[in-house]
Amino acid sequence: MTSAITATGLRKSFGGKAVLDGIDLEVAAGTTFSLLGPNGAGKTTAVQIMSTVVHADGGEVRVAGHDVARDPAAVRAAIGVTGQFSAVDNLLTGEENLLLMADLHHLGRADRRRRAAALLDQFDLAGAGRKPVSTYSGGMRRRLDLAMTLVGSPRIIFLDEPTTGLDPRSRRMMWQTIRELVASGVTIFLTTQQLDEADELADRIAVLDHGKVVAAGTPEELKRSIPGAHVRLHFAGLPGLDAAERALGGALRHEDTLTLEVPSDGDAIAVRDLLNRLGGTAAEVDEVSVHTPDLDDVFFALTGRSAADTTPGTTPEMENAR
Amino acid sequence: MTTLTFAVRDSATMTRRSFRHLSRYPVTLVVAVVVPVLLLLMFVGIFGTALKAALGAGSYIDYVVPGIIAITAVYGCQATTLAVNRDSSEGIIARFRTMAISPSSVLNGHAAGALLRTLASVVIVIGVSIGLGFRPTADPGRWLAAAGVIVLLALALTWLSVAFGLAAKAAEGTTGFLLIVQLLPFISSAFIAPGQMSGAVRWFAANEPFTPVINTLRGLLTGTPSGGTVLAAVAWCAGLALGGYLWARILSRRDINR
Repeated sequence: MTSAITATGLRKSFGGKAVLDGIDLEVAAGTTFSLLGPNGAGKTTAVQIMSTVVHADGGEVRVAGHDVARDPAAVRAAIGVTGQFSAVDNLLTGEENLLLMADLHHLGRADRRRRAAALLDQFDLAGAGRKPVSTYSGGMRRRLDLAMTLVGSPRIIFLDEPTTGLDPRSRRMMWQTIRELVASGVTIFLTTQQLDEADELADRIAVLDHGKVVAAGTPEELKRSIPGAHVRLHFAGLPGLDAAERALGGALRHEDTLTLEVPSDGDAIAVRDLLNRLGGTAAEVDEVSVHTPDLDDVFFALTGRSAADTTPGTTPEMENAR
Repeated sequence: MTTLTFAVRDSATMTRRSFRHLSRYPVTLVVAVVVPVLLLLMFVGIFGTALKAALGAGSYIDYVVPGIIAITAVYGCQATTLAVNRDSSEGIIARFRTMAISPSSVLNGHAAGALLRTLASVVIVIGVSIGLGFRPTADPGRWLAAAGVIVLLALALTWLSVAFGLAAKAAEGTTGFLLIVQLLPFISSAFIAPGQMSGAVRWFAANEPFTPVINTLRGLLTGTPSGGTVLAAVAWCAGLALGGYLWARILSRRDINR
């Protein structure tokens, strides 16, 4: 197994504040790696250092076998980057943006047209190709942004929160595109705030918090370490709630909402077993919902804090005072 | 291909990009021509007779056109500095910097596009001036020398505009630079000789960069004695161009704005 990206002891501070505090990462070629963390965790800084636009204060990063500090040109030749904010030329049309990329990748005359047309098709932008990008919707701009990244056929692609702010349909499309890229042998380095996205796409996940990797592993390993998954049962009345609590044991009781939270991994067999155990009792279940761990659960489990509460010094009281 | 051919090719690509922007929004060029022409009409029409009396010999339009040429070059700055600033604040410079392209090509493209646009507006303004009665006496050699001075001035203003565009965090941050650079020609020998001014203004007008540049142009185009200002004009322009270029290079290598 060869490594597409390795980072060792990566450090970066801005104005005396450590944004990356000695992180180690390894991404195998041809896999999807997800850096998961809330706003301000240092995800974008990590991508910026790996993509040669920000200098690290310490540590070593190798991308496609080249050191980012010593040989940035070789790194740039191997990578493509789609950032959090669309890096497109608003004054040009979608097609002109792609042709600009083709020219900068020194594609031949016939090639550039063919490549631009193929990418417009692939990203569902053929109809809008001749329109100025300033008229595009957010989802269209993001698709164009990724299409521009693909013009040079990079072997390693950095995607910094590629679906933040996208509607569900565009998000699905983006996921599908990422899967197709991986299937063609591309290595993906993806940052996200959403566990379900990392879960859906990544072979390995690292959780970043305050510039440190607090957990790393496959999605399964990570979710197994989190106690957040449970099945929530809602009852019509107190007698049902009482009966179910006696039958199940170890469940968390919420009398005000008439619900029980039963720890479970939430798959179909577990839910069926659970309901079977209630079958012989007076507990009549109104509603069943499965709660799977989200980023907040991961965070709470790993750091004892909520993901939303990551600004140092911000307390719930202060939030309320505003 | 060698590194140099790549650098030239990438810079050419970026220059084409800046022309495409101009073709989408030709109003930039129109403004850069209309404002100087309006100033020309205003000064010749409103103050021309009075100022001619103050200056003595010659027609006022022959006196004022070299100043208007400098002002035309100045009015190109706004489009340049805003275009550079838009690029760096919209994140497309970040994209270019992650690509295996010649690092200087982005700025070179902006500068080359701006230089050619500025020179085009100067040519149009000179044409209009001749239509309005400007009668240059220069022979082809002097025209060539005048063109050289105009190119140097435009080069200096262009690289300063690029640098200020990069330095500003938002478009609003460029207004200080634009205000100063647009004001300077008014406190120079553009409309009246500094000798006719008073006190500190006279001293300032005599010593600021636009005065030797305009005097040199005037000397070349209309044959008035330029009084040994050629060296000062060339030194100012070359110095500012080099300073702006080096500053822009340093700014373009900074870490990306967070």
